[in-house]
Amino acid sequence: MTDLPTETTRKMGLVIDLDTCVGCHACVISCKGWNTENYGAPLSDQDAYGADPSGTFLNRVHSYEVQPEACGTDPAHAAQLIHFPKSCLHCEDAPCVTVCPTGASYKRVEDGIVLVNESDCIGCGLCAWSCPYGARELDLAAGVMKKCTLCVDRIYNENLPEEDRVPACVRTCPAGARHFGDLGDPTSDVSQLVAERGGMDLMPEQGTKPVNKYLPPRPKDTLAAQGMEQGAGDIDLLAPLLAPVTEEAGGFLGWLDRALDKLPGGQS
Amino acid sequence: MTFQQPEVDTSPPVSDEIRKTTCYMCACRCGINVHMKEGKVAYIEGNRDHPVNKGVLCAKGSAGIMQHNAPSRLRAPLKRVGPRRSGEFEEISWDEALDIAQGWLEPLRKDHPEKLAFFTGRDQSQSFTSFWAQNFGTCNYAAHGGFCSVNMATAGIYTMGGAFWEFGQPDWDHTKLFLLFGVAEDHDSNPIKMGIGKIKARGARVIGVNPIRTGYNAVADDWVGITPGSDGLFILSLVHVLMKAGKIDLDYLSRYTNAPVLVNQDKDSADFGLFLRDDHGAPLVINRKTGQLAPFDMHGVRPDLNGSFQMGDVTHVSVFRLMAERYLSDDYAPEAVAERCGIPAPRIRAIAAEIARVAFDEAFELDREWTDFRGETHKTMVGRPVSMHAMRGVSAHANGFQTCRALHVLQILLGTVEVPGGFRFKPPYPKPATAHPPPHCRVTPGKPLDGPHLGFVQGPEHLALLNDGSPARIDKAFTWENPMSSHGLMHMVVSNAHAGDPYKIDTLFLYMANMAWNSSMNTQGVMEMLTDTDENGEYVIPHLIYSDAYSSEMVAYADLILPDTTYLERHDCISLLDRPICEADGAADAIRWPVVEPDRDVRGFQSVLVDLANRMKLPGFTNEDGSAKYQDYADYIVNHQRKPGIGPLAGFRGDGTETGRGAPNPDQLDRYIENGGFFLKHIPEDASYYKPWNMAYQDWAVELGLFDAPQPYLFQLYVEPLRKFQLAAEGHGERQPPDHLRVRIQDTMTPLPIWYDTDQQGNAGFTVNALTQRPMAMYHSWGSQNAWLRQLHGHNPLYVPTKLMRDAGLEDGDWARVTSPHGEITVPVMEMAALNENTVWTWNAIGKRKGAWALTEDAPEATKGFLMNHLIHELLPPKGDGLRWANSDPVTGQAAWFDLKVKLEKAAPPKDLTQSQPETPPQASPVGLGPGTLTWKVGK
Repeated sequence: MTDLPTETTRKMGLVIDLDTCVGCHACVISCKGWNTENYGAPLSDQDAYGADPSGTFLNRVHSYEVQPEACGTDPAHAAQLIHFPKSCLHCEDAPCVTVCPTGASYKRVEDGIVLVNESDCIGCGLCAWSCPYGARELDLAAGVMKKCTLCVDRIYNENLPEEDRVPACVRTCPAGARHFGDLGDPTSDVSQLVAERGGMDLMPEQGTKPVNKYLPPRPKDTLAAQGMEQGAGDIDLLAPLLAPVTEEAGGFLGWLDRALDKLPGGQS
Repeated sequence: MTFQQPEVDTSPPVSDEIRKTTCYMCACRCGINVHMKEGKVAYIEGNRDHPVNKGVLCAKGSAGIMQHNAPSRLRAPLKRVGPRRSGEFEEISWDEALDIAQGWLEPLRKDHPEKLAFFTGRDQSQSFTSFWAQNFGTCNYAAHGGFCSVNMATAGIYTMGGAFWEFGQPDWDHTKLFLLFGVAEDHDSNPIKMGIGKIKARGARVIGVNPIRTGYNAVADDWVGITPGSDGLFILSLVHVLMKAGKIDLDYLSRYTNAPVLVNQDKDSADFGLFLRDDHGAPLVINRKTGQLAPFDMHGVRPDLNGSFQMGDVTHVSVFRLMAERYLSDDYAPEAVAERCGIPAPRIRAIAAEIARVAFDEAFELDREWTDFRGETHKTMVGRPVSMHAMRGVSAHANGFQTCRALHVLQILLGTVEVPGGFRFKPPYPKPATAHPPPHCRVTPGKPLDGPHLGFVQGPEHLALLNDGSPARIDKAFTWENPMSSHGLMHMVVSNAHAGDPYKIDTLFLYMANMAWNSSMNTQGVMEMLTDTDENGEYVIPHLIYSDAYSSEMVAYADLILPDTTYLERHDCISLLDRPICEADGAADAIRWPVVEPDRDVRGFQSVLVDLANRMKLPGFTNEDGSAKYQDYADYIVNHQRKPGIGPLAGFRGDGTETGRGAPNPDQLDRYIENGGFFLKHIPEDASYYKPWNMAYQDWAVELGLFDAPQPYLFQLYVEPLRKFQLAAEGHGERQPPDHLRVRIQDTMTPLPIWYDTDQQGNAGFTVNALTQRPMAMYHSWGSQNAWLRQLHGHNPLYVPTKLMRDAGLEDGDWARVTSPHGEITVPVMEMAALNENTVWTWNAIGKRKGAWALTEDAPEATKGFLMNHLIHELLPPKGDGLRWANSDPVTGQAAWFDLKVKLEKAAPPKDLTQSQPETPPQASPVGLGPGTLTWKVGK
């Protein structure tokens, strides 16, 4: 068993915006590229060109369909598709660390990052079993457990320009849906974003106190609701915007003349 | 136990060197930093300085390392030794390969240049490949636009002098409402994701109009799950509601569009429906200040939207009056279109109201003074923060051209084009259709073609017809069947060449176009046409040369393979003469350069073309003394001059300080490499909006060499060239359409946009719409054999909406037999709720032929994967009139992929099925199979 630090100096983590994640997998592959070439053993692929290709990924995007239910007089809205990127959440009470029999899994005191020291890892898989998020993957080629390192070899790397000292997934995300920072500092940009947008823990009932947060999607299809209300007889909502300029037959051109006269320099 | 935290090296060296070039994993052309270790590619990330992607990079871009090292890369020139389709080849030397090609091509050039059909697929060097074809002398050249999005491009250019994607972009910095029509998860790739992220962070809203709620539509604040093919009707209903409510920008319409231009109303006249013009040809308007006629561009004129003019017996009224007459009609009322569009009328009104609210109640001004082409100075730039974008979804229908036109008319009525918050052009656009050349097709043996192949017709006089009225081009582009086919019709080449209609060809020369698989309609039929033999046992299409970097399905059908490099091993230029990478705020171009040398006997295709040109001494490639002008493509990029001082690259010309215009600079490529692989010149602030009419922009564009004199123009709500084709169909003029096309031309080539239902002949009993799209992680990528990407999208079930699943008794994992009037496929299904209730779809081009792409024959792409293409014919079902009508847009000839109607029923239980149908027999792999396990790490 490995002890968790009683407290970490900082709580570095990700804030992932489910309102803007378009499910493009850019983060997945950028992570694969960086972490294949860098920290620890490469992320291997088995049967890469065959019947059942499978490889090690530290970050995956899952897609879920959501079917809103009718609520009161509000009819059910259309089904939605939510893209859900998932990687290690660097939990404060990380069960994967305390379960590790060799001490290979640990949580760093200075920033809270959960790492695997591959030279001590025996590939027993207990950590993957204990993680409620399924965030760890055993690399079949190396026989060691792989997981998100929060790009510990990028975020402090003096060989990188300062602006690039962020995880590869954050740097690459085209939609800007991934944010990185210290969630232990309430004044940090990421903490403020979480406060403003109602950032959430993933499966808080597990008691793992994840550091990473998810920003929920904004309410959708509100124009549909407006349209439906109008259809139910309440036309006032849109009337000021769409009131016909004239109801008289052939009156449109008359309105046009009056409107043209009102334009700057329009009066003949 | 006390835990001793291990030391981690948090500052390891990242790479030995960064080489900056341009991505080619799709058509987006982002800047990339290629990290090198020990001379090898170790890691690829986005280039932060690059105007397209500003540092970000998509899944394809990051997976480029797997594409560059793919086991499916061709290794040497190949000569076919087995029958076509078998994939049996022998490797030969480049000398032998080029001798063979020259031996086929040179005699054609001397006697019948048109018997070479040269089509270049997903080519990003079209200004070069077209120059080569022009100098060879064949009229038969085009790239893939005809089967992609020519409706979008053509409608945009005829209407407003530019379209979406490469032509323009939303004003992401100011827009507050963004409407996305028919965009799959592609076109354009990273910039749209970046834009959506940016505007959502600001609280702006996104409305997605698409039958499928994936990708961008999944994050849209409002999703409109429209019935495929009805977008034009929905848009014209928005036009109806907005016009009726007066929520249109009258000032903008009167100043910047042809809404006030006067149109002849004499039904008996040969000028009926044409503009009233002065002696210089300038369209005339009524000047509201004087009530008199005036040319549209006269200084001080106030064009009257409500103008009319009587000249003798002939009445002329403004375009705007014609629009009012048409679009205020109750035919376009929301209640009249709701059912056909699958959108409740109140919702159409709600969307119109939101558009009106944002365009007019949230209008704003930028404090920038500018002067228009009539000499009037404006103190501010008025912004209307509604922007729109559309692509293949609306365009790949047989009513796509008019639908795209309708969309642009909506934008223009709102006054949201080239204004802050709206839609903005990217240089070299805006550029009206009249500033483009017309198509050229005059072939002279041994001589170059008489001009550029592709262009914009202004009337029947520009059609590519021979003296006897027959089509000049093998693809029948620019004929009465599809007069405005500005990108050619690549999807018709194989079937026309096979049928010898309009004539037989000798050599089909293709580049990067998988015509024997996912890039053709009627894939099975095309494979048969490519292998068909005549009475002498010779192939009906005698010679087939193909260039590709990978072992694609098309390879197996070629006689001679010219293996291309990967994108990291080559020179390229993304040129302002072609399809550049400009931004609304700047002109930009870029290069690729060999960041690594090939480790195989392969050559960049464009350099091979230079070599062939030199062997044949093609005029544009040969000096007066007979010596070669260019050694290879890099030499061409630097030293070619299209006009004096203007070459493929705009940056670092002359002594390295000149931009746009200047002598060739021998150090130009090095300067590009030093600059990160691209060049960017910003547009001055006072020239940044209102570009078609803004003299500061016009002068800037002339200085840069985009054009030679200022060319301000009006947006063409009413497109007069369309009317000219209608007039011909009504019997006016010397060039006359065949009788069987007269009605269709009159019905579909209306000068104001209309909506019409696509031809449903033969569709009885086929009631379900069937669509395809490419996943974001594979959009426009050349081969989904990529080891990383195929783990994301290795399977393509048919996605079926809940109601149709229930109706057919289907459950996830079941197989369905899907039938169209043309064919049948049997494929696995999966339920999807976030989908138009009468539409099925799948990911395109996941399915592979066994033996292709160095995948094993039991790869899911080759077993469960499938193509919808088998269900789509390039011709419509017979109507019984003895004619076969093309399955394409009657205006542009764009392939109508998305008009497909099917029915589906449950097939045998899953345990009996392991293979999608139809199954194509395997092709031999000239490159063997890929490895099993990958443990990729360059810097050990």
